[in-house]
Amino acid sequence: MKKDIILAGVGGQGLLSIAAVIGEAALKSGLLIKQAEVHGMAQRGGVVQSHVRLSDKPIYSDLIKAGSADLILATEPLEALRYLTFLKEGGMVVANSVPFKNVDPYPGEEEIRARFETLPHHLLIDAIAIAKEAGSALCANMVVLGAGSPFVGIPDDALCAAIKQVFSGKDKKIIETNLKGFSLGREASLDATGTN
Amino acid sequence: MTTKLLLGDEALAQGALDAGLSGAYAYPGTPSTEITEYIQRSVRAENLDVHCRWSTNEKVALEEAIGMSYAGKRAMVSMKHVGLNVAADPFINAAIAGANGGLLVSVADDPSMHSSQNEQDSRLYTDLALVPCLEPSNQQEAYDAPAYAFDLSEQMNIPVLIRLTTRLAHSRSVVKLGQTRGKNKLAPPRDRNQYILLPTNARGSYLDLIARQPQLLAESEHSPFNRYEDGPDKTRGIIASGIGYNYVQEVYNGACTHPLLKISQYPIPVKQVQRLFAECEEVILFEEGYPYIEAKIRGLLGDRDATIRGRLDGTITRTGELNPDIVARALALPQSDGLTNPSILVPRPPALCPGCPHADTYRALNAAMDRFPQGRVFSDIGCYTLGALPPHEAIDTCIEMGASITMAKGASDAGLAPAVAVIGDSTFTHSGMTGLLDCVAEDAHVTIIILDNLTVAMTGGQESNATNRLAAICSGLGVSKEHIKTIIPLPKHHDENVRIIGEEIAYEGTSVIIAVRECVQTLRRHARKGGAK
Ligand SMILES: Cc1ncc(C[n+]2csc(CCOP(=O)(O)OP(=O)(O)O)c2C)c(N)n1
Ligand code: SF4
Repeated sequence: MKKDIILAGVGGQGLLSIAAVIGEAALKSGLLIKQAEVHGMAQRGGVVQSHVRLSDKPIYSDLIKAGSADLILATEPLEALRYLTFLKEGGMVVANSVPFKNVDPYPGEEEIRARFETLPHHLLIDAIAIAKEAGSALCANMVVLGAGSPFVGIPDDALCAAIKQVFSGKDKKIIETNLKGFSLGREASLDATGTN
Repeated sequence: MTTKLLLGDEALAQGALDAGLSGAYAYPGTPSTEITEYIQRSVRAENLDVHCRWSTNEKVALEEAIGMSYAGKRAMVSMKHVGLNVAADPFINAAIAGANGGLLVSVADDPSMHSSQNEQDSRLYTDLALVPCLEPSNQQEAYDAPAYAFDLSEQMNIPVLIRLTTRLAHSRSVVKLGQTRGKNKLAPPRDRNQYILLPTNARGSYLDLIARQPQLLAESEHSPFNRYEDGPDKTRGIIASGIGYNYVQEVYNGACTHPLLKISQYPIPVKQVQRLFAECEEVILFEEGYPYIEAKIRGLLGDRDATIRGRLDGTITRTGELNPDIVARALALPQSDGLTNPSILVPRPPALCPGCPHADTYRALNAAMDRFPQGRVFSDIGCYTLGALPPHEAIDTCIEMGASITMAKGASDAGLAPAVAVIGDSTFTHSGMTGLLDCVAEDAHVTIIILDNLTVAMTGGQESNATNRLAAICSGLGVSKEHIKTIIPLPKHHDENVRIIGEEIAYEGTSVIIAVRECVQTLRRHARKGGAK
């Protein structure tokens, strides 16, 4: 088993929580892991990115090689496209479709969609709408993780257990909302990609 | 056996805690901050009563650590690479005095300047100080390094530098924890002259430091951190230091066909380097940072038989961090390029958060400066440096921490008026106070705006030693009471703030305006912690 995953998003979108959940789940599943993260200069609104590498054999590099990522998982559509050089042939891109427009000019949404359409394996979901359905827009990151979960290479119950672990300091309600977000994201993904 | 998923920074911190650490000293700075934050969260540190409060700057942090080492206990100081410039004086002189309790100086370098103004390589400081250095190549070695380095420090009576780089500092992996040991007992040095570096003492100590160099080299030659891995294909030998070793392993999938010398302890193990050159037709070097080993091997006369490949002959880019693609390309291994990025990509430059107090101060400052088109604004390092970018474009300089007030004074000395300095609260106590004293001593025409957001925001919201002390510090340094003004940077106070700033700029002496409003990020965090709705 070996998975190279690029996580991409904007500061404040909870990308590092996604990384923490995958890391925790991998650890519990007996996998080896390397997870490198870059925090933007600013606290909010800058680019945030993480390389997550999972394997049952030793992993050497903390960084993923160009053209070798199995999955790009993004909380923002433009950010997903920023790392296409890392995607391997046949790799999957899963992204939240709702743009975070803190730059002007921000590319047209049509252009972004068009670029996604050229990718053989991709999935755009409205993670904000699904998160609201789960109880709070704040769990959009877990919706994205849920949508990407069929491609992460870790069983979903291990990911759910990891969500409970990572958010264990929080309110019970917050944990439930996050779990709900995860499972709604996962369902949307299974429906759309027909992986089930 | 206990395992943990840890950042390189955290692994180093856990390693130090398990190795009998008594005091952690630090000033925050990316990518080193998580070392101390981990110790501050650690239950073990709390149970063992390990000192771990932030210091006011790197120099005082290192001196505090030297004091703890003097008392016989194990101490570690952590900082980012440029912090070692600030702490260079104690660093180099501590090496002459020696170490009583183990003394570790952990420095995180930032090649590629992800969040720094330069990519200086801390290994060069070991040449000045004549101290050994460990450069872990992975998280496990980052964990193992402190125990080994504390012993080395105590046995060889010398501080030890531990060098991390961004990718290791900020990457997580599973680490196996080892044995724990207790803290040292209080035991100040018996020789009461050891730490008195009067020239008569220092000359002897310096000779003694030089006399220990061969033994430090011998430690390196036999170090578990250095390894000569033989390979059948001698057309090329590889030297890989620190995290560079991982990239070589990655591109050969753990089965490098060439002899490979891994270096993670310095001084450079000369015998192993000689062996590699004796056995291989050419040697290629992968170093994260400056071509430090490479330059030493080339020496003054260079590579006369053209057998050295690295950053200095253009085989590898001269600047920036390594990655597996750069390493594969230099080794002429097959690579995949991936897809091309779309042309519609736009950069997403960092910006001040919505509601940031600095933004309101800059709006008021810009409005006040409209009257003084010949004026300049000397700024400093922190979130507020983002005031250089649109929409504010409010500042003219940012060199290094503390250079705002002092540069404004120098420019004012030259006749530039008005000269305004803008400095954050933590930067002010880090290295702004001394410059203010210079201004006061000459009543220089400098207007200083201290941006007091009650925290060290840039590095993630650490406590600031300046909080609630700024007005008293300025008045204590001799700024006259009438020219210490406090403003609250909020849109509703805009007109008043413009007026106050304008008046103080027009005043032809030293004045200080303290703009006080909490950072919105820490405010939110405090509200959450306090359970406020
Ligand atoms: C010598 C040195 N040490 C540490 C840093 C890292 N660093 C950058 S800005 C900063 C402090 C900023 O705090 P403050 O002045 O209060 O400004 P704020 O970010 O809160 O606006 C630190 C610690 C650095 N750049 N140089
Ligand atoms: S973190 Fe605080 S100080 Fe920094 S930009 Fe955001 S609000 Fe301003």
